[in-house]
Amino acid sequence: MNKQLLSGDEAVARGAWESGCMVAAAYPGTPSTEILETLATYRDVYCEWSVNEKVALEVALGAAVAGVRSLAAMKHVGLNVAADPLFSSAYIGVKAGLVIVTADDPGLHSSQNEQDNRFYGLSAKLPVLCPSDSQEAKEFTKLGFEISEQFDIPVLLRLTTRVAHSSTVVNLEQRVSRAPLGYEKQLHKTTLLPAFARHRHVDLEKRVVRLQQYSETTPINRIELNDFKLGIICDGVAYHYAREVFPNASFLKLGMVHPFPAKLALDFADRVEEIVVIEEVDPFIELHIRALGLKVKGKDVLPRTGELNPGIIRAALTKNTPRPAPEDDIPNRPPALCPGCPHLGIFYSLQKQKVIISGDIGCYTLGALPPHSAMDTCIDMGASITFAHGADKALNNADPRPRVAIIGDSTFFHSGITGIVNTVYNRSNVITIITDNRTTGMTGHQNHPGTGKTLMGEETKTIDIAQLCRACGIENVIQVDPYNLKETRKVVHKTLAEKQPAVIISRRPCALLVGKQGQAKAVNKEKCIGCRTCLTLGCPAISFADDKAVIIATSCVGCGMCTAICPKGAIE
Amino acid sequence: MNIIVCGVGGQGVILFSDIIAHLALAAGLDVKKSEVHGMAQRGGSVTSHIRYAPRVHSPLIEDGTADIIVAFEQLEALRYIHFLAPSGVLIYDPLRIEPLPVQIGLVEKMPDDLLNKRIAARAPRRYPVEAFATACNLGNPRVQNTVMLGAVARFLEFPVNLYSRVIKALVKPQFIEQNLQAFAAGSQLIPPPET
Repeated sequence: MNKQLLSGDEAVARGAWESGCMVAAAYPGTPSTEILETLATYRDVYCEWSVNEKVALEVALGAAVAGVRSLAAMKHVGLNVAADPLFSSAYIGVKAGLVIVTADDPGLHSSQNEQDNRFYGLSAKLPVLCPSDSQEAKEFTKLGFEISEQFDIPVLLRLTTRVAHSSTVVNLEQRVSRAPLGYEKQLHKTTLLPAFARHRHVDLEKRVVRLQQYSETTPINRIELNDFKLGIICDGVAYHYAREVFPNASFLKLGMVHPFPAKLALDFADRVEEIVVIEEVDPFIELHIRALGLKVKGKDVLPRTGELNPGIIRAALTKNTPRPAPEDDIPNRPPALCPGCPHLGIFYSLQKQKVIISGDIGCYTLGALPPHSAMDTCIDMGASITFAHGADKALNNADPRPRVAIIGDSTFFHSGITGIVNTVYNRSNVITIITDNRTTGMTGHQNHPGTGKTLMGEETKTIDIAQLCRACGIENVIQVDPYNLKETRKVVHKTLAEKQPAVIISRRPCALLVGKQGQAKAVNKEKCIGCRTCLTLGCPAISFADDKAVIIATSCVGCGMCTAICPKGAIE
Repeated sequence: MNIIVCGVGGQGVILFSDIIAHLALAAGLDVKKSEVHGMAQRGGSVTSHIRYAPRVHSPLIEDGTADIIVAFEQLEALRYIHFLAPSGVLIYDPLRIEPLPVQIGLVEKMPDDLLNKRIAARAPRRYPVEAFATACNLGNPRVQNTVMLGAVARFLEFPVNLYSRVIKALVKPQFIEQNLQAFAAGSQLIPPPET
């Protein structure tokens, strides 16, 4: 058998490919991005970066109803964007299988919250599968397609960062191709007019009852009997942490947490003396166990926040073996914008301006940190423009500070356009800065509607952001090159002073895509007076030692922004 | 075997970990490797956990149980030192990369001697390896990770020919020769392990 090391994301892609999946759609988002990136390398699956998660889910649903196995993938907060089609998809069902992957991020490694998307299954009445490692990520993906077809319902596959981004050994199998089932009109099933939807709801409840019976007997919900004193109920990666800490305990390992296998849980409870639920973030399993009237230990001793690990479980549930503590007082190393990042130029131009800046989701959110400190808010994808609009309506003339929204190019396509239309329609004076670095930067350089390339590497139309903003009714649309600090500063300051609706497009490709642009700069020690002006650029290639600036030659990409701002011409 | 690899975003921690994990796989062992992508990689602190054995459960290493910590930078060595087992080995590059808040003067720099003292206090078995400097001498700072790999290989039980096989499989073709050179250079940087 062919064994490979795959991340959970890669394993989901492999599982989809082996299952004969034909259409897959996603919007990039950590920790889910690599699913579609990997799947796109299997040439016999159509893969796309949709403009957002709602679109991705609707695309996959359309394909599934039109008769081919389909997959949509997103990070946990992406499922909020896709929640509307999610709930409807449970009503209408599928024809060929549909697997919806949600990659949750306990520990907030790269997210704005740590919501627990198992609750979406409960709320939208969808089956939820929770793999614990890459082998299961592949198996559950394949099983997801089967359950989806057997019960005429989309299946939610819930990963967490530790499953998505851990590489473990996977047995590879071959693809089993499936003939497309074709599309046939089923008006009463797929048209959610109230009169039809009422019947679909009744039907959905029947499907949930059948799924409940399935959940009681599926081999992915299994009892592993060992010592009767302690019975642990768990799902996902928590299973492996718990096995590490309690090698002799009995386990009820849940691969399918919704519908909840209540009889199986009662059977397990009968066989052990004490039940402990070990699960990450919210008490999802625990709520179900408590609803059965069972006595259980869970979130009363284990944390609801952050990731679990064996150490946390050991400390909470065993006679605390003392473990070495981390050292304190080590200077933090927060993430920072890269050397030569074009965003540095736009943040530099905003320094010392009295403005209210609502930010958005992307690398440029790092502009909230010193030395820029150029951001008041970061809420969700697209919220920069709409938040600024609301603040403008609240403050009117009472606060003279201009309302500025900062949003990246990919985020603008994702959910910024509706915000722009709203500011024009409802007449606010929001100044929107679009930091257009010609890519989806933070997630590792994915294409989007402004790059002229698709996920599968095909040439396509490039959607012009400036034209789009003009078409939305913004009259003042200006494009600047953020490396041209003088011009950028002039445009930004002038626009701020006018306090009229405007869009400034700060356009320059991501420095990581470009690489070295010239010789590394160096500081002329004779000329440097140690004024620290260069440090306000926030470039990580610029340091300071012995009262003089120092350029870290191995980091510097030679963009020349620091040369332009040094008042003494000391950076050459 | 529990190995923690740490460094600064961009130093090649992830590729280094990939190579170790693939060595274990090629040796027929169960292996798990865990790291975090995304925002953390933008110049932030990066760690990877690698565990291999006949059967591995947790992808994460517990505090105080790492057999080896490989640190590509000194502050990062101290940041993850609590993972080290009492008998564990720290292999670290004495390189220092100051975090941005230190560079721009918001946070005070930790003096070299204090940093050294604190590392020494918690890692009785430690080997400084000038991997970055060696990589620069070889003409490419980016091979710091394979220089380090050469040094770390002294503490692992994989057959020598396996390394070149895995490096060839994981490194882009145009960089293979450079990386094999770097590996050879790294293996000269520390004495053979005491028995």
